Amino acid sequence: MQKECLLEVSGLKTTFLTENGPVTVVNGVSFQVSAGETLGVVGESGCGKSVTSESILRLLNEKTTRYEGEINYKNRNLLSLTEEEMRSIRGNEISMIFQDPMTSLNPVYTIGDQIAETIMIHQKVGKKAAFAKAVEMLRLTGIPSPEKRVHEYPHELSGGMRQRVMIAIALACQPKLLVADEPTTALDVTIQTQILDLIQDLKQQLDMGVILITHDLGVVAEVCTRVVVMYLGEVVEEAGVEELFENPLHPYTQGLLQSVPQLDGDRSKKLYVIKGAVPSLTNVPKGCRFAPRCNYATDLCRQSEPELMGNRHKVRCWHADTNLQKEGELYVADGS
Amino acid sequence: MDAKTVLEGTYFSDSRKELQKERRSLLIRRFLSNRMLLTGSVITVLLGIIALLAPFLTSYTPLEMQMVKRLQAPSLEHWFGTDNFGRDLFSRVVHGTRVSMAVGISVAFITMITGTVIGLYSAYYKFLDHILMRICDGLMAFPGILLAIALTAALGSNMINVIIALSIISTPTIARVVRSAAIVVKEQVYIEALRAQGASASRIIWYHMAPNTVSPLIIQITFVFAVSVLIEAALSFLGAGIAPPNPSLGNILYDGKVVIFSAWWMTVFPGLFILLSVLGLNLFGDGLRDMLDPHTNKAKK
Amino acid sequence: MIERGTILKIYILQRLISLIPVLLFVAVVVFFIIHLTPGDPAAVMLGADASPAEVEALRQELGLDRPIIQQFFSWFGGLFTGDLGTSIFLKAPVFELFVDHLGPTLSLSVLAQGFAMLIAIPMGIVAAKRRGTVIDQTFMVVSLLGISLPGFLLALLLSLIFAVQLGWLPAAGYRAMDTGLWQHFKYLIMPAAALGFIQASLIARMTRSSMLDVLSMNYIKTARAKGVKDIVIVYKHALRNAFIPILTVIGQTFGNLIAGTVVIESVFSIPGVGQLLVQSIISRDYAVLQGVVLLIAASYVLINLIVDLLYGVVDPRVRLSRRS
Repeated sequence: MQKECLLEVSGLKTTFLTENGPVTVVNGVSFQVSAGETLGVVGESGCGKSVTSESILRLLNEKTTRYEGEINYKNRNLLSLTEEEMRSIRGNEISMIFQDPMTSLNPVYTIGDQIAETIMIHQKVGKKAAFAKAVEMLRLTGIPSPEKRVHEYPHELSGGMRQRVMIAIALACQPKLLVADEPTTALDVTIQTQILDLIQDLKQQLDMGVILITHDLGVVAEVCTRVVVMYLGEVVEEAGVEELFENPLHPYTQGLLQSVPQLDGDRSKKLYVIKGAVPSLTNVPKGCRFAPRCNYATDLCRQSEPELMGNRHKVRCWHADTNLQKEGELYVADGS
Repeated sequence: MDAKTVLEGTYFSDSRKELQKERRSLLIRRFLSNRMLLTGSVITVLLGIIALLAPFLTSYTPLEMQMVKRLQAPSLEHWFGTDNFGRDLFSRVVHGTRVSMAVGISVAFITMITGTVIGLYSAYYKFLDHILMRICDGLMAFPGILLAIALTAALGSNMINVIIALSIISTPTIARVVRSAAIVVKEQVYIEALRAQGASASRIIWYHMAPNTVSPLIIQITFVFAVSVLIEAALSFLGAGIAPPNPSLGNILYDGKVVIFSAWWMTVFPGLFILLSVLGLNLFGDGLRDMLDPHTNKAKK
Repeated sequence: MIERGTILKIYILQRLISLIPVLLFVAVVVFFIIHLTPGDPAAVMLGADASPAEVEALRQELGLDRPIIQQFFSWFGGLFTGDLGTSIFLKAPVFELFVDHLGPTLSLSVLAQGFAMLIAIPMGIVAAKRRGTVIDQTFMVVSLLGISLPGFLLALLLSLIFAVQLGWLPAAGYRAMDTGLWQHFKYLIMPAAALGFIQASLIARMTRSSMLDVLSMNYIKTARAKGVKDIVIVYKHALRNAFIPILTVIGQTFGNLIAGTVVIESVFSIPGVGQLLVQSIISRDYAVLQGVVLLIAASYVLINLIVDLLYGVVDPRVRLSRRS
């Protein structure tokens, strides 16, 4: 059932060199994506999920960023490619769409210009052919009367339309992998579903792999096949989507799941809130990074950090195999 | 396992070197921005001392003519040489600096008062705002130096009139800066609350709005000082500022222009002093701005 | 929807019409500033030896004895028929005098501003791209020097080097364009460089900070994610967006340019509008002073109108807001 692995991130460590010394934002993250698969990466803001996605395309300022580990794509480590080799991959083999469609399009060029630009960079076609392709892409992403729209500027389109344009730009060269960084966060709820459906649809048509970065578990449940949960720059749990929702092993994942409101649940009960706040990356807790906020933390947790363990369902927790499996009333009663 | 550790070790030391390099360049940058302030203050203070002690620094008075000694090149006796009337150039330049500094400080001081009052009151009273800001617009639509020429041409060329003219053209700039800083405070809720409690207008203006305008005011005043030195020199150069024979850096340069083919020192030395005065003040202002509000757009002036 | 070209024409026409009250306001202010400052043209004209009776006679002849309001309306009325008055000193219509002196000033300012933009914009871009490096710091020190060095001083220092020491360029003077283009330029290089340096410094500083702002925008990241080359990102994607503040500063520095030409023309004895203006101030030639200031103000607002129109060329969002 498993298709060949498209992208393999292993031990990725991204460090920002700031004025106050280096800060490691992504710490030893590993995961794989196959063609036709949608991998969800979830976590709170500041957990390093966006930096992870930008590291894959090496979009961060390399004068102030240091990458370690490997990102293997088609038997090549992206982290060791030259800038020029990297450019031929960006937008061509691996594409990316961003959170805020309002600011992610260049305001002074028409959307046709912006789609055609990608095509002309990566394919040897003239301007006319590129524009024809741009119209086709707009039609593919469900924009009405694309022949007219292609000459419009970003400010003449709504947010949802702009995100469709972003998708058209990203997919113009039929990439093998799409990295979508919170593609629906800035959109209205009704538009969100349309955009997600569109991404799913095009994924199937183009047989791409998709990495979907989000903080929204609803989105994950809707479209992902596998999920990676990140906390404070590290992967704390990874599993198939059904497995994760039915049988979350990490206390953080459990907390996340319980903080989502459920219609069929007891609505008189208060929503679960994970206690405490996300610690600063400059002051990472000793031992398990989640220990200060965890209801199950023991001395062991506070002393040494657990490894990411397991095979198909991986988890980074000392107690994953014992008491946590029978999560339930006890846990909920505890958190208020 | 071993190989891996070794590998990581080298990687680590490499990156550590990079980090140290990065940190060092950062320190240099910080030092530089501080150094701007430092250099600026040193230059300005030094020129201030020269201006203050002018009579004691020179063995000739600036007006003393020795026609036999016309246009002599710099020597031990006349450090900066002599001018076309045989006057000691060092003495004239030092006294000219004194004039520039006096004009600059006076204009800075006067506009600080007029600009603050106009700025604060137009921030508080809407009807005053309309009138005063339109007048400021009118004054600013006109190149400042032309207005200054017109005013000194009408009032007569002497130091007092130059100061008056420069104060008139610089007040709008200060008033605007003060006004925009004060309006930010005025629109805050607690001012409304104060008014509701019966605080008087002048109390709100001077105790609550004024303090917020201090740092932009100080920065802008530094630039007004610099611009005043610059325009005074230009005015005197054009013959509309300090009238000869009284020395001013501008009119020395004018004398120098006539004899530029035979006496380079009459252009270079007064020029150097103008440059140092303005540069010192600009450095000081830029450094101050970086320190006081690092988020302002550096290019805006 | 009406065609875009027509809309543009209507817009320009509207803007031109809206300039009229501004200019009338300037005219009123100019008149009163000039007439209310002390100084008597008749006395200046006749010199210190003239008797009060002679001065009074001349005042009558010039119409200066009339009430100021009356003087104002006779001048102001003339404006509507295109009559800016006649110089009593130079015995010529003001407009004619202005046109006679315009050539040198126009050449000088176009050359200076062109030179400034040509140097400053690439300088600011490079400084922004290499922020914090030696290049950046050098450029910024040079531009600080630029705003600290008065134009006339730079002019003098340049002549000291290129005219006195090296003898490459003439120290002063002016040759009209019909004496040959090279002659024309030879006389204008130093004045234009002196005038352009401060402009260049201001524009370079604004370019740098505007580019820094734009380069941190999301759409720059999008362009990188598309595989666009760095150089294309800077010149195609960033520069056009960064251009609005740069245009603004170019428009604003036009005021400096006018003030600068006044001083520079006097250093190099260039017979331009600045010289005319300084002369009219010193001799209290009311008609020339009023007329020339008004014309300068008009050109100032016109330049700003052009800058406004260029906003629309650079940024499509400005075009849209105009249509609605």
